[in-house]
Amino acid sequence: MLSYAEKIREIAGRLLTSGAVEMIIGFRRGTIPMMNEPHFAKTPADVPKLVWDSHCGINLANYLTDRKEKIGIVAKGCDSRNIVTHIIENKIKREQLVVIGVPCRGMVDKRKIALKCPGEITEVVETETGITARGNGFSQDFDKQDVLQHNCSLCIHRNPVIHDELVAPPVEEQKGIDRYTDVRAIEAMSPEQRWKYFEDLLAPCVRCYACRNACPLCYCPTCFVDESRPQWVGKGQDASDVRTFHFLRAYHCAGRCTDCGSCERSCPVGINMRVFTKKLEKDCLDLFGWEAGLSPDVRPPLDVYRPNDPNDFIK
Amino acid sequence: MEHMGIEPGRLQFSWISSAESTKFVEVVTQVTNAIKALGPNSDFTKKLAEVA
Repeated sequence: MLSYAEKIREIAGRLLTSGAVEMIIGFRRGTIPMMNEPHFAKTPADVPKLVWDSHCGINLANYLTDRKEKIGIVAKGCDSRNIVTHIIENKIKREQLVVIGVPCRGMVDKRKIALKCPGEITEVVETETGITARGNGFSQDFDKQDVLQHNCSLCIHRNPVIHDELVAPPVEEQKGIDRYTDVRAIEAMSPEQRWKYFEDLLAPCVRCYACRNACPLCYCPTCFVDESRPQWVGKGQDASDVRTFHFLRAYHCAGRCTDCGSCERSCPVGINMRVFTKKLEKDCLDLFGWEAGLSPDVRPPLDVYRPNDPNDFIK
Repeated sequence: MEHMGIEPGRLQFSWISSAESTKFVEVVTQVTNAIKALGPNSDFTKKLAEVA
């Protein structure tokens, strides 16, 4: 996976020099370890900053919304599915894009690493399978598989679903993964337990909306939480307002969420709000046999009527 | 909603044509009775901020 960076730079340089695209969206190193940030390369001189490692978890499809120029975009499996969703929802045209596909083996969760280190991490070095975190007076080795983001360890679409260039041969997809153990555990609870579970889950939420901002699906010009006329939801820290925000945001992602994990990754207090979206993802799969973003030619289930749509809930 | 912990039965869906007045009355009566049986929902009641 580490050799990808060289190949990405080569493709990016070629595309920018030939004028095939006006901008490349990729990653550059962040100001602190394990925090790569988006990089928008507009000239060949910007290309050397492009990197690739196991900290490229942000979903770059987020930066495509309503762009007018020709764009080359570096895309992992989940990014590519969100690009497809953007195309389906007319937020970008396929002709505008050169998708630089990156077969992905999963991104690491910086919190899992930070939790196991005794102090502040100042340097992180990566090999094909391992990660070494160093700081003042300590150096700790990790197996990448042990510190993957939760959604990455459950990922069944690691290879990009659409691409024009591919930086490496496709990787083997994970087989026999049970994606929904956590959702089923919640389904098995009693209503009171569930209420309590979500109350505890959302208790630390500070309503910073980082999850919404990091989400490639949340591109509404004015989000329902920011509306003041009418004001749909209170703006304070009241538990019912916090819950309404998370619950409704998840609903807006029904049939669109690819479980890229950007929301959870961006959360400053580490709330796993993916349990909301995953329930809807599971329902979409169970009721409509639908997984989001796999093909630009199929309309999503909430967008079409079929005579056999499930309607048992209507009395 | 039920996944989140709202009691089953508090949220109900029905399809009633504007011509089906009898069905409308029936459904409204049924739903009202069912919800009255569940009692008031305090989960979404806002409390005053706790101050030290």
